[in-house]
Amino acid sequence: MDIHEYQAKERFALEGIPVPPGQIATTPDQAEAIATEYGCAVMVKAQVHSGGRGKAGGVKYCNDAGEAREHASNILGMDINGLTVEKVLVTPAEEIETEAYVGVLIDRKHQAATFMVSPDGGMDIEEVAASTPDRIRKLSVDPRYGLMPHQALWLANFLYDDPALIKQASKVVAQLYDSFVNSGASMTEINPLITTPEGEVKAIDAKMSIDGNELFRRPDVAEMRDLSAEPASETKAREAGLSYVKLEGSVGCCVNGAGLAMATMDLVKYYGGEPANFLDIGGSSNPDKVVSALEIITSDPNVKVILFNIFGGITRCDDVATGIVEATRRIDIKPPIVIRLTGTNEELGLQILEEAGFSAYTSMDDVVEKAVELAKG
Amino acid sequence: MSIFINNDTKLVVQGITGRDGSFHTSQMMEYGTQVVAGVTPGKGGQTFEGPDGTMVPIFNGMDEAVAQTGANTSVVYVPPAFAANAILEAVDSGVSLVVAITEGVPVLDMARAHAFARDKCVRILGPNCPGLLSPGQSKVGILPAQIVTEGPIGVVSRSGTLTYEAVFQLTSVGLGQTTCVGIGGDPLIGTNFIDCLEAFEADPETSAVVMIGEIGGTDEQEAAEFVKAKMSKPVVGFIAGQTAPPGRQMGHAGAIISGSAGTAEEKMKAFEDNGIAVAQRPADIVGLIQDALG
Repeated sequence: MDIHEYQAKERFALEGIPVPPGQIATTPDQAEAIATEYGCAVMVKAQVHSGGRGKAGGVKYCNDAGEAREHASNILGMDINGLTVEKVLVTPAEEIETEAYVGVLIDRKHQAATFMVSPDGGMDIEEVAASTPDRIRKLSVDPRYGLMPHQALWLANFLYDDPALIKQASKVVAQLYDSFVNSGASMTEINPLITTPEGEVKAIDAKMSIDGNELFRRPDVAEMRDLSAEPASETKAREAGLSYVKLEGSVGCCVNGAGLAMATMDLVKYYGGEPANFLDIGGSSNPDKVVSALEIITSDPNVKVILFNIFGGITRCDDVATGIVEATRRIDIKPPIVIRLTGTNEELGLQILEEAGFSAYTSMDDVVEKAVELAKG
Repeated sequence: MSIFINNDTKLVVQGITGRDGSFHTSQMMEYGTQVVAGVTPGKGGQTFEGPDGTMVPIFNGMDEAVAQTGANTSVVYVPPAFAANAILEAVDSGVSLVVAITEGVPVLDMARAHAFARDKCVRILGPNCPGLLSPGQSKVGILPAQIVTEGPIGVVSRSGTLTYEAVFQLTSVGLGQTTCVGIGGDPLIGTNFIDCLEAFEADPETSAVVMIGEIGGTDEQEAAEFVKAKMSKPVVGFIAGQTAPPGRQMGHAGAIISGSAGTAEEKMKAFEDNGIAVAQRPADIVGLIQDALG
């Protein structure tokens, strides 16, 4: 789960990381009022779950409250990488002497939270890693010991030469690790971590993603989910216990298992179609889940055909078929449905589907070809 | 032969009294797995009745279960909030393999559990995995037994149903399996592709391997290099997620393209560059295996 910059800064502030003050505005009036209150030059920053906000024109420097109003009115409602800006952060503009980068992510190979720091902040860290890898220092934190003081210092030493700055930065690094762990994060970064002409180290931008598996024990973090930042269909799917990602195509996919669901989408593309979604319906034959899945898929107006691809393993095909038949009787569905069922008891399953008037297949390729053909109308 | 589990596998089921735990314990016993104990804190002294009437003793803790039954493997069906503790307890109990089925374990909990397991030289499989099955010998986890048969193919995969799909196709043309292993869809997993490939290479009964990967991370790329450097047996590969958008988690917690890293394209290229035959569709896997076996 992604959280916004202003929320990540709230998490940072809890651990004592120096972040500038800031307030959220959803209208140009509010932005102007906040800027007036600060009485200095401010930044107006789009709050969307996307990188590249600055390049898209979603981050603006404003000399006064009037400019803040003007920029806020341009940024609010702006589309950044397919996401609509619903709110802006208004924050006093800082004088910047230097920009560094400090990030933590889960490194799969080392099976640990891993720091990446660079004195070259303010740009995409992937670019720094690709062009000047020697400008990045990495450290995997042993989860049994946590980040030790000498390690925090080792990371800070890579960023600055001035002992006063190193001291502040090593504190920030340690606080960032605490913020990462206490938020249940899977990724967090400060980019840039700045120094001011007064010799202060500050986090003026913040990014954080939360491990969804942590939310059950972190209600304060779970509350940060911004429902306006995701399609309503994804909210509904999550509440129904389904894993769903909306895409742009016309073949609605309903599959059991994440790997098979991805492979089904790939096969739709292979046969010249475009998948409308990723949807993992899980292993049960429960008609309620199928009903929710069908409601979610059909709420997408682009969907021209619904494709079921079910492998009956522990859950037998006849149970799955009964579940699908019952679900389709409960709700009215306009797009044609094609079903592929294979695995345990597949003959029985196919019989149930055919008796209910469905075209049923056992081959994944056949059913996908058919679905693509129907989607093209 | 087989890898990781065989006729000598003596299994403890952690969470044996739960809905999933009890259902799958029956399924495993029906397949012939030696389930010697169950663990549910607070239910020690009770018994679990298997499908054929065999009574399995239930203990409060792993320590007692292992001491009294000589179990060497555990499987974890404990809910996510308690799963990491169950895994730590298993690692500390003297078993050599811990199979963690549970989906939804916090990643930072697993970082600690994996570090602990490395110290104790205990193998963890998973979490968020379907377990493993050595046809004719033992089944630990939730893989459907009906679709497997004994034979010379090793199967290793990050996915559940996609593995079943491949195994089902292999079985339907008479190509049986030595062991089918689901390594799990989480970002931090205990046993990775290389561990399985190494074991299949060493297993005299395995003559070819099917490796099924997906987007996210670089485990497949490293495995591809291992295949080129260390394996004499042919490997056929498949990668799911060519149409997955970057930055979105596709069901599995670990199936996510971060920035520009972990795409299906780069994994398929790594396979091709290292002599692994790449199936474009799941239906191509069988043909490629048949070609490889000659």
